[in-house]
Amino acid sequence: MMKKELTCIVCPIGCQLTIAEKAAGAYDVTGHTCKRGPQYAINEMTNPTRVIPTTVVIKNAMLPRLPVKTAEPIPKGQIFDAMAIINQVVVEAPIKTGDVVVKDLLGLGIDVVATRTMDKN
Amino acid sequence: MIYDVVILGGGPAGLAAAVEAKNAGAENVLILERDRELGGILNQCIHNGFGLHTFNEELTGPEYAERYIDQVIALNIPYLLNTMVLDLHDNGALKSIHMINEENGYLIIEARAVILTMGCRERTSGAIGIPGYRPSGVFTAGTAQRFINMEGYLPGKEVVILGSGDIGLIMARRMTLEGAHVQAVCELMPYSNGLVRNIVQCLDDYNIPLKLSHTITFIHGKDRLEGVTIAKVDEKLKVIPKTEEFIPCDTLLLSVGLIPENEITRNAGIVIDNRTNGAIVGELRQTSMPGVFACGNVVHVHDLVDFVSEEAVLAGKGAVNYINGDLASEITFTTSNGDGIGYVVPQQVAIKNVADKVTFYMRVRQVFQDQVVNAYIGDQLIATKKEPKLLPAEMINFNITKDVLAQYPAGEIRFVVEEAR
Repeated sequence: MMKKELTCIVCPIGCQLTIAEKAAGAYDVTGHTCKRGPQYAINEMTNPTRVIPTTVVIKNAMLPRLPVKTAEPIPKGQIFDAMAIINQVVVEAPIKTGDVVVKDLLGLGIDVVATRTMDKN
Repeated sequence: MIYDVVILGGGPAGLAAAVEAKNAGAENVLILERDRELGGILNQCIHNGFGLHTFNEELTGPEYAERYIDQVIALNIPYLLNTMVLDLHDNGALKSIHMINEENGYLIIEARAVILTMGCRERTSGAIGIPGYRPSGVFTAGTAQRFINMEGYLPGKEVVILGSGDIGLIMARRMTLEGAHVQAVCELMPYSNGLVRNIVQCLDDYNIPLKLSHTITFIHGKDRLEGVTIAKVDEKLKVIPKTEEFIPCDTLLLSVGLIPENEITRNAGIVIDNRTNGAIVGELRQTSMPGVFACGNVVHVHDLVDFVSEEAVLAGKGAVNYINGDLASEITFTTSNGDGIGYVVPQQVAIKNVADKVTFYMRVRQVFQDQVVNAYIGDQLIATKKEPKLLPAEMINFNITKDVLAQYPAGEIRFVVEEAR
């Protein structure tokens, strides 16, 4: 049986939750103090996702790095695969916030987008 | 030209204050910024989590800054970059601001109102006095953040972080993503100084241990950092003998607190609160010098930028009211921090300037569970704020309506942590 301990981040209380899989797809959550806790725990158990903010190399701009993020949260288990791809990207100024710097990251259907505007130097 | 409002700092507080002042009717607003671009610290805070309160969406720091920079540009608010303000003088109806930049040299301008938005800076290794050597490889977390996120340099590969402030936690994740190995985050206190979500998403996600009640007792290495000795501390924060442990590392990041940057404020003779290290302010963030306002991290260190923007709107309004002669100066209430509360902002309230409510910002001194914050005037309980858990890392916003305050002619509003009744 799968069992996991985690801290809830729905609110600042930070309840210590324990989640256990009773049967396939059925979960038992304890330690929460509000009804949002179990849903958080189940998401973290079955499909944890994160937005990845990082940088890419930019040429001809005031700074040598452009901040970017995944436009949507990606599966937690693929964070380092995503970083390996994003780290190879080189873009040229000018760039506007929201410009796509990687299309369809890892075949997830999620783009990596610029998070600031950088003019040409 | 005489400016209506001059704003000292183009970070989140300055940008929001400028936008509000202009929208409220100030004609000539000017922002002075010492960096080469607007946006302040947000430009290096590339992580997400900003704007949940202000924009109802999760933005990164640069995106949040750009929302305000776009407004400043749309409103045609002028700004001077690479400009360092040296001094602020009170000449009665006008304030003079002394500054330097490469283009104009030494420059003095005059303004009817001034808003101080210089932000804060990090405590350094010198400020906390860690024994040992002074090799390279010791950085404040914010310096490392700027190197990685803006300049493109990774400061090291094997990392220890001292202090569990939010920037330290964010940098633990950032360095891990960029291929460094973060061995531990050591925190002197028995609780973290960072937000819960940062502990989970920056440390737990990457199995980085948070060592509470731990400190660094020695820095090793003559040229480059070679390692640190860490040790456990007791409840009096004294090192427990024989708990020392050597951790080899090439990088030490310090996330040990932020200090409001108030040299200009002090030199101008504005009264400072030694609890916040910022100016004593009123409900519209007026300081002890008439016509000078302050907001954001230069007043008290916030954990969320959203509340910096909120506070900046007050200062922007206050500055415009002042220029129009609509700012009441008669102080009705003062505030004080009773048991369990570290500080309260604002420290003063002039009830005539209050529209519908006053939001009191405060921090607790330690972790409290199942307690409430009560506000008293004399023996009279006037308001209660319930939070399931009170943490020093999470600033409390305590709203008291004008209707409640107006029942009292004057007095001291005292905030205390107590058992729920």
